[in-house]
Amino acid sequence: MYRYDSYDQSIVDARVEEFRDQTQRRLAGQLTEDQFKPLRLMNGLYLQLHAYMLRVAIPYGTLSGRQMRKLGEIARKYDKGYGHFTTRQNLQYNWIKLADAPDILAELATVEMHAIQTSGNCIRNISSDQYAGVAADEVADPRPWAELLRQWSSFHPEFTYLPRKFKIAVIAAEEDRAAMRLHDIGIKLVARDGAIGAEVYAGGGMGRTPMVAPLIRDFVREDEIISYLEACLRVYNRYGRRDNKYKARIKILVHEIGVEEYRRQVEEEFAHMRTLGLNPPTQELDRIRTFFADPGYEAGLPDEIDRSDPAFALWVDRQVAAHKAPGYAIVNISLKPLGGIPGDASADQIELAADLAERYSLDELRVTHAQNLVLPHVRKSDLYAIWQALDEAGLAEANLDLITDIIACPGLDYCSLANARAIPLAQKIARRFADNDRQKDLGELKLKISGCINACGHHHAGHIGILGVDRKGVENFQLLFGGSGAQDASLGQIVGPGFSEDGVVDAIEKATDIYLAERADGERFLDTYRRIGIKPFKEALYG
Amino acid sequence: MKILTGNDLVTGDVIWWAGDGWSRQVGDSADVGALGDDIARTEEAALRVVGAYVIDASVTDEGVRPAHIKDRIRALGPTVRPDLTLKPNDAEAGNWVI
Repeated sequence: MYRYDSYDQSIVDARVEEFRDQTQRRLAGQLTEDQFKPLRLMNGLYLQLHAYMLRVAIPYGTLSGRQMRKLGEIARKYDKGYGHFTTRQNLQYNWIKLADAPDILAELATVEMHAIQTSGNCIRNISSDQYAGVAADEVADPRPWAELLRQWSSFHPEFTYLPRKFKIAVIAAEEDRAAMRLHDIGIKLVARDGAIGAEVYAGGGMGRTPMVAPLIRDFVREDEIISYLEACLRVYNRYGRRDNKYKARIKILVHEIGVEEYRRQVEEEFAHMRTLGLNPPTQELDRIRTFFADPGYEAGLPDEIDRSDPAFALWVDRQVAAHKAPGYAIVNISLKPLGGIPGDASADQIELAADLAERYSLDELRVTHAQNLVLPHVRKSDLYAIWQALDEAGLAEANLDLITDIIACPGLDYCSLANARAIPLAQKIARRFADNDRQKDLGELKLKISGCINACGHHHAGHIGILGVDRKGVENFQLLFGGSGAQDASLGQIVGPGFSEDGVVDAIEKATDIYLAERADGERFLDTYRRIGIKPFKEALYG
Repeated sequence: MKILTGNDLVTGDVIWWAGDGWSRQVGDSADVGALGDDIARTEEAALRVVGAYVIDASVTDEGVRPAHIKDRIRALGPTVRPDLTLKPNDAEAGNWVI
């Protein structure tokens, strides 16, 4: 894992002290809310529905046990004993007191964490594949590049006031586990003639105008990735609309001027950038790479798993993924217990995950955009002990990528932007489909719920997506089918008029019945939907 | 009726203007009539509230009820965490929101 150097630490520490001073001035009445608001937002502190909310950055979703333990400690000491893992691999605390915020940031800084650039019109936390470095199908570990991008984008003076927020994802595997093409810029590392480079996609995103990012360049040499991104951002910064926040994202620019014209302008800028010698020294990438070297896997470990306990075997089948090293496995920890709140974890659960990482996963954890956790380096011989510990803590749900592994934004229960509650609906759906055999029979079915058009719950990318709207003061839910955030990225299509909360649960059940009746061998819900189209579903739902 | 709400500057708690100060209980809300914006300005300047705004509400058998579901959730707390609402021992409290 990357460790701060003295420069990293000093800028984070300085930022804490700067914010401490700003907060004191606000509390003393020397700053108005209008003056203070942009300053607190630059430090991830929002004013939400019930209280201040602090969003903590988890760079590319990677954490050490020590960092995770600190997150649990903060939840217990400063919040109400829990945190919420988000679809951008971050963590949010919902009940923060303004006067405590500088102390919390100071505590985070002691474990090389912060909340910088988790809000505002800047480059946000870089997201990545939760299996980075351990997936068998990747051409390289994408995290050194993600870290390089983190360093490049942190406090980048030219990109501090972009037309709108800017999200970047980096992956290096064929399977896209990070919704890469639904980011403002998506980077997929690829190998060509023995060299690593990047496919660069630009202009993707969700929100009120969802777009799948088109390919802008099929290969950028690894030593030129920063310069190329700088060119992409420069064109956006120059021509992105600042007159209308709903048309200010890069996706609108790329769509309005067209991919060809955007590409032409980026290439022109890139040619200029090349003359400036702004590529970071390759030694820096090499230095960063050393932090992500394989952690010294043990040789000769047994590959067999004792599956004599049926509940354990069920969990292994669902939650454990193949690791590139023999004798090791990747463990997915579900934060979607039946009837629970997607992405929420208590301080005790967070600390347990930290303990398990230190004891069994070479001191490493990952957060997924689907609001789950991952232990990336687990000896297969330790799986049973891990399962037992998770089971005792209510974290042994076996539902990865099934219909109850629901992404849900905080919705109207917590968010001041929301129009409808997402969590209670997620809970109702999970209860309706709780039966393990039924879930398993339905297979991979990604269900995603957003409480408003901003789409934090990724509803556009759900095989089944749900958008909560406000219909004359009453919560109403629109249903979408056919979205995907994976390598087969697509946007969901609205099926028809919206439903009540109970009505949408019934509608989903009818849709799954259609799928079960129509599916061909090996087809997921998404595949069947793509093959037979919306009509049969529409007929079943609206008669 | 018109009532005034916002968040406590220091704690972030949801608060309601009760006529002579702020309360954490929506039931204590006073009808501010046309004075809401003036009260908000004064109270924000006095560092007692942040993000104050006026909303519509009505008086029902159960007391003051904000017109919009968003403000009813603000008044009660998150419906998915009854233990963190202002009525942690009332299992039916969430029904008031809907």
